[in-house]
Amino acid sequence: MKRIAVASGKGGTGKTTVAVALAESLSVENDQIVLVSDCDVEAPNVHLYLDPDFEQSKDVNVLIPQIEEDSCTGCGICSEVCQYNAIILLKDRPMVFPSLCHGCGSCTLNCPEKAIREIPNQIGILERGIGNENIYLRHGLLNPGEPLTVPVIAALRKWNDGFSPELEIIDSPPGASCPVVEAIRGVDFLLLVTEPTPFGLHDLKQAHQMANELSIRTGVIINRDGIGETDIQGYCRENGIPLLMTIPLDRKIGAGLARGDTLLEIYPEYGDKFRALYKEVDQMIEEAVGL
Amino acid sequence: MTQLVILSGKGGTGKTNLSAAFSHLYHQKNPGQKAILVDADVDAANLALLLEAEELSKELFIGGAIAKIDPVLCNGCGRCQEVCRFDAVSSQDEKFVIDLIACEGCASCLYQCPENAISLNKQQAGEWYISETPYGKFFHAHLYPAQENSGKLVALIKSRAQEELENSGAELMLVDGPPGIGCPVISAVSGANIVLVVTEPTLAGLHDLGRVLETTTHFDVQVEVCINKSDLYPEGAQQIREFCQEKGIDILGEIPFDLAVPRAMNQGQPVTKFDPQAQSSIAIKGIWERLMTVID
Repeated sequence: MKRIAVASGKGGTGKTTVAVALAESLSVENDQIVLVSDCDVEAPNVHLYLDPDFEQSKDVNVLIPQIEEDSCTGCGICSEVCQYNAIILLKDRPMVFPSLCHGCGSCTLNCPEKAIREIPNQIGILERGIGNENIYLRHGLLNPGEPLTVPVIAALRKWNDGFSPELEIIDSPPGASCPVVEAIRGVDFLLLVTEPTPFGLHDLKQAHQMANELSIRTGVIINRDGIGETDIQGYCRENGIPLLMTIPLDRKIGAGLARGDTLLEIYPEYGDKFRALYKEVDQMIEEAVGL
Repeated sequence: MTQLVILSGKGGTGKTNLSAAFSHLYHQKNPGQKAILVDADVDAANLALLLEAEELSKELFIGGAIAKIDPVLCNGCGRCQEVCRFDAVSSQDEKFVIDLIACEGCASCLYQCPENAISLNKQQAGEWYISETPYGKFFHAHLYPAQENSGKLVALIKSRAQEELENSGAELMLVDGPPGIGCPVISAVSGANIVLVVTEPTLAGLHDLGRVLETTTHFDVQVEVCINKSDLYPEGAQQIREFCQEKGIDILGEIPFDLAVPRAMNQGQPVTKFDPQAQSSIAIKGIWERLMTVID
């Protein structure tokens, strides 16, 4: 199986548009089994375009400590070993702050009285089903008010039902920090979507550096070409990043996406363009394997 | 003192352009008073590009720690791998090594290692700055790519901005927030009095607006909404109006799609300064004035 992720640095540049267009173009014409994993678990939007029937769901839990009052001697070791300040000692009694807990289990292992039991704290859910054009979709939803995004993304990427698609397309969250890293770790290729504005270029640099840290090969798609004059192509040239596609600023595209239409529904000719893009990316992946 | 945070849920709806315009409008209206400005989107910090920011000071941000196994002391028992819940330990030549990207610095392995072969090392994860701008002191940061702890960095620059607010006698802290609803958003909203959510008339914009509003219910904060690029899809704008009405939230105003915004961005200026007569500038000014009456 090949895995291609879509990221951007800056939000709202068109990650989801690209992920859906790529999935549709390959699923329809080439009859590939395509899985889209929407890893933007804070603000997932792929389902709005693929309209799946979610047939399965699963809770995402972080194991948090529950302290058995009777056995606890108030020694405070649990609080000492916790690196996240999720256990505070108040009047010799440990108090747990579930939203700070990363579920590492260190307090449980270190409690000399074995007074800690771990209980699941539900922080989000995963859902999966089949959407338009027979595209498999899975996504995660972080519960509003919960801070920990990464465990939901990690659980989503591990959620396996034995089904093996030929291609997985990952729609990543915006930014360039830990949630994006969790979403794109280990992929074969990263598509970076940007726009020709100072913000677009600034954040493209962040995302590109992140990809370099993770040793992931990248290619760039310029979206809303014409909205500004920032020289994205120059940056790509200087850094040896292939420019794979340019999508113009076009009100018809903007209005269509707003309504929930996909890029291929608005302009079917993008089917061929994305198949050509995939061919190019696939070649780069194969070359990298050969190295 | 008022702390105003701009959020959106969905990225790219216009938080930063709006924050820059508000900084300019506040200064124009209150020339003697300067706001304290904060860019809380530390992964993709763009507000500096619109504020003619001149750096006054720079400090390092030390993020979380990462475990390290001393290969000389490691006896290859594998206990570290057993206890790690983040898949961060792998074996290599009968020894064990930590994946720097996967490690969350929980120190679980450190306490379990029978040979005391594991240490925790603090990581330099970014930088933060205080800058001078024509509109007031500006607190911003740069989280290095692929780093953790963006929420901690947001909390750090906000607490420094809060000190400045108290010492300088300024009346307003204006925070350009991150997208999403997770850790850095929660840090950005902590301590705020007012949240302005800027959304757009798209299915995704509406969906993510709903998630932001669910998040803000966890805080004691007043919430207002405005719609950017409101003429892009009129039915979508209507859906947002109806959604907000059901929730009992006022819409402070609507900003039309206007190429003056990217042009201003290209010039590194708030749109209200670059072209005060632009449609978008007039709409933003209206929203700002209504927001000021809400604050008062």
